[in-house]
Amino acid sequence: MYTQGLDQAEPLGDEELSRLGERFEATVAAEEKVEPTDWMPDAYRTLLTRQIAQHAHSEIVGMLPEGNWLSRAPSLRRKGILLAKVQDEAGHGLYLYSAAETLGVTRDELVDQLLAGTAKYSSIFNYPTLTWADVGAIGWLVDGAAIMNQVPLCRCSYGPYARAMVRICREESFHQRQGFEVMTVLAQGTPAQKAMAQDALDRWWWPSLMMFGPPDAQSVHNDRSLRWKVKRFTNDELRQKFVDMTVPQAHFLGLTIPDDALWYDGEHWVFGEPDWTEFTRVLSGDGPCNRERLAARRTAHDDGAWVREAAVAHAEKRRRADVVA
Amino acid sequence: MWEVFVRSRAGLAHQHVGSLHAVDAEMALANARDVYTRRGEGASLWVVPATEIVASDPDDKESFFGLDEEFRHPSHYVVPDGVVGI
Repeated sequence: MYTQGLDQAEPLGDEELSRLGERFEATVAAEEKVEPTDWMPDAYRTLLTRQIAQHAHSEIVGMLPEGNWLSRAPSLRRKGILLAKVQDEAGHGLYLYSAAETLGVTRDELVDQLLAGTAKYSSIFNYPTLTWADVGAIGWLVDGAAIMNQVPLCRCSYGPYARAMVRICREESFHQRQGFEVMTVLAQGTPAQKAMAQDALDRWWWPSLMMFGPPDAQSVHNDRSLRWKVKRFTNDELRQKFVDMTVPQAHFLGLTIPDDALWYDGEHWVFGEPDWTEFTRVLSGDGPCNRERLAARRTAHDDGAWVREAAVAHAEKRRRADVVA
Repeated sequence: MWEVFVRSRAGLAHQHVGSLHAVDAEMALANARDVYTRRGEGASLWVVPATEIVASDPDDKESFFGLDEEFRHPSHYVVPDGVVGI
């Protein structure tokens, strides 16, 4: 029998707290995993709950921009692929909500925070998908950036989050590849198709760089997150890795990165400064599609209410029938 | 009957290792320790009443799991020569 750390009603004494704190720090320092039943500092619990919830919300809201093209995919194969990808994003959201719940928050609280607009999700999903090439650019750039962010999270100190990330990363590879394939076909197509691919790159490049979060000098959570091994690299380190990986891919496609300041210093691709005022604006609710995204989630939640009620009523009816039989 | 799940070390998921008989949860946990982790195989144990497990029917495999669509796998896509990181 174990006691769940969350349920401890009696406040711990100072001595006990400092002993538990030391053990926690030692566990994390030794690269061992923290599990839901282990004692953990309140600040660690809060940090992880926020991060995993934001991650889950991003997966769920992330279904919307691509969902926009499901009914207009250019072939049955492309439609099947896009459906499978959007379905994966839903699955990723569910893995992550479950991981967040192991920290003591409820699913209802998390969903309520998203619908109320008090929870954050990745700024990238507040941009519109104007053409089919945007589906390619999202797979190539947005999922490429997500993989860059997520691979180190497989080694995160919190067990349930790390395990969810292993599953997610395994599935994410197909997302990036199908996007690059869409971009390749367009870039090698007619001049109009190539122009469409370039236009998508022009619009998604800077928002993709912003996915790694604010510059290290302005990031409020970096230090503790690194010390507790939630994050393994800083925002700027990951952003640089992403640029170094992506620029040669754009060259392969024959497309131009929309950054006049871009140059190769022999080791890294040096790039210009993203527009951080735009990032702050989009994150705080004033991007091109913030209202539309939240409205779509609220409508989906409200329209699904009868399904949830019917499921409960049906289960109740079957239970009563079992009791009678 | 109780089903036994062992976490071999912190960080890994609990995995099913087998089952055993016990009169209650406490005995099931003690028996699981003695039966399945005599050589320090476990960092944590779960025991679950076998009757509480809901299982899919192996005969329904095809209709239940549906098609394994090839395009869901990364190996379906050809990465052009010279492209790195996709």
